[in-house]
Amino acid sequence: MILFILKRIGYAAPVALGVSLVCFLLVHLAPGDPLSAILPVDATAEMQAQMRAAYGFDKPLPVQYGIWLWKVLHGDLGNSIATGRPVLAEVSRAVGNSLILAASATLIGFTFGTFFGFVAGYARDSWLDRVASAVAVFGVSVPHYWLGIVLVIIFSANLGWLPPTGAGPQGSGNWWPDLEHLRYLVLPAVTMSVIPMGVISRTVRALVGDILHQDFVQALRAKGLSEFGVFRHVVKNAAPTAIAIMGLQLGYLLGGSILVETVFAWPGTGFLLNAAIFQRDLPLLQGTILVLAMFFVTLNLLVDVVQTALDPRIERA
Amino acid sequence: MNAPLRHPEVAADAALVHVRGLTVDFLGGRKPVRAVGGVDLDLKAGEALALLGESGSGKSVTLRALMRLLPEKRTRIGGTLRIDGQDVLALRKKSLAAFRGGTVAMIFQDPGLALDPVYRIGDQIAEAVVRHEGASHAQGRARALELFERVQIPSAARRLDNYPHEMSGGMRQRAMIALALACRPKVLLADEPTTALDATVQIQILLLLRELQRDLGLAVIFVTHDVGVAVQVADRVAVMYGGHLVEVGSSGEVIGAPAHPYTRGLLASRITPDSPKGVRLVTIPGSPPDLADPPPGCPFAPRCTLAVPACDDGLPERVALAPGHAARCIRVGAA
Repeated sequence: MILFILKRIGYAAPVALGVSLVCFLLVHLAPGDPLSAILPVDATAEMQAQMRAAYGFDKPLPVQYGIWLWKVLHGDLGNSIATGRPVLAEVSRAVGNSLILAASATLIGFTFGTFFGFVAGYARDSWLDRVASAVAVFGVSVPHYWLGIVLVIIFSANLGWLPPTGAGPQGSGNWWPDLEHLRYLVLPAVTMSVIPMGVISRTVRALVGDILHQDFVQALRAKGLSEFGVFRHVVKNAAPTAIAIMGLQLGYLLGGSILVETVFAWPGTGFLLNAAIFQRDLPLLQGTILVLAMFFVTLNLLVDVVQTALDPRIERA
Repeated sequence: MNAPLRHPEVAADAALVHVRGLTVDFLGGRKPVRAVGGVDLDLKAGEALALLGESGSGKSVTLRALMRLLPEKRTRIGGTLRIDGQDVLALRKKSLAAFRGGTVAMIFQDPGLALDPVYRIGDQIAEAVVRHEGASHAQGRARALELFERVQIPSAARRLDNYPHEMSGGMRQRAMIALALACRPKVLLADEPTTALDATVQIQILLLLRELQRDLGLAVIFVTHDVGVAVQVADRVAVMYGGHLVEVGSSGEVIGAPAHPYTRGLLASRITPDSPKGVRLVTIPGSPPDLADPPPGCPFAPRCTLAVPACDDGLPERVALAPGHAARCIRVGAA
């Protein structure tokens, strides 16, 4: 198993390198000069050249990539052009916040998704199945920024139960697991959970329906297992796929939460990306994208390892 | 080593399985489809019966009905079904679970599909023992090891930790047999247990089953479409067609002196070592009856070369030919 994990990490390394190259080039492919954002409009050509040299933009691309990669490997993602603070500090704080939000949303989505999925899979073609399926389809198809706004209107504006924006009192940027901060987490987490809930619910429904029709389920009944005993086997058979889907959903949520984080002013990576794009803050943008992409690579690695540990049919080679 | 697996109270002559007028209807379509149209069966302890028939004849459905394994919402089982003194159709959930695996066990056609792919085989057997006898998991594993040795799985202790996909087809079927025997059943149902296996492995599995059946005094019902298998394993043969038993008798009688035209057709269409080379196999013309719209009388009449108009006047009565040998055909003796 350890050999398998090492091998799998070995496979992930070239992927990570490729990702870094794409991240690096993306910014250079984007139209517009990063310096034009910070230089005054009437800057002289001499000043421009000076700045270009200061940021290293005058060197050939491969050299720039080499320097950049070397710095990245040493944890230096450069300084944000807009704020002047180190990108790594900005990104890691945002990643922490996004991770909390994405993990809570995935947890909620996975819990309800598997519940609805099992109900629908077991009660296939009954009214229960139709209700559970309707909930799932709603989850996948509703625009979640819209849902966020609706929830804010109901629970913050009208009922006043929960705060509408931010991650904590007084615009606190550092999330802390206490009750006050939890109240801030509820609305964005619920809003974000509807997509993984829908996807997981549909997947689990199909999985359970498929497993229940397999011969071995009849064989389990034939050896006298109770329905609960059979259920345990169904769960273990469905688990590898369900967990893989959950891992992928967590990845999507980590990177794809720009809309929800903007609606709720949640200081995460999505919020940061949004700001970086509008301020043409290229080092920040580059750093954020790179960190998110690395997250994806790591997550896939983790999902693979967990799946292999759970499903004996996957070769550990 | 065999002693603990054997049931002490099995009396040699009591009818262990007693089936009268068994019907199975599949609901859910426009109208119910009668897959089994009134089957009578008796089986004593230590007796092996082969249920012989082609696909769709109702043989597998009959077998599953004996354990009430058919989906309850979509099927209706009628008739009398007594196994080991229990009225199977009246069993409540709990007693049904104890009955399954404890009194009657089943071996499935494809062990590759009938074993849970993500559990170790040893644990799957132990699970049944724990469930039925309230034993600990370790005791269950010990029983599993004993059973693996009984069904002649080489390096049994190591094989207990295998997952199904790590075994060959023949070994999987041995494991399936071990699982079926785990809780000392009195009746063993085998649904085409060798169909999914290689020809050489088939023989080994059949010999093993025959041996176990004799040693443990099991009553066995074999479902098969293979006449050769039926002769090899069974004392008696019941030929099934269109949801009815058309001929029942000792294997010698049914194979040696088939009385029903369908049995004769079935026997004529098999390959034997003396079959002439280069000659097309004999087939029975036509196709099996549509169970949603069955023929009015004898189900075989539309394909039968001996059919007369009277064959459509209702299901033929059983005609006794010898003690224990009977056929449902009004033309028995003709041609």
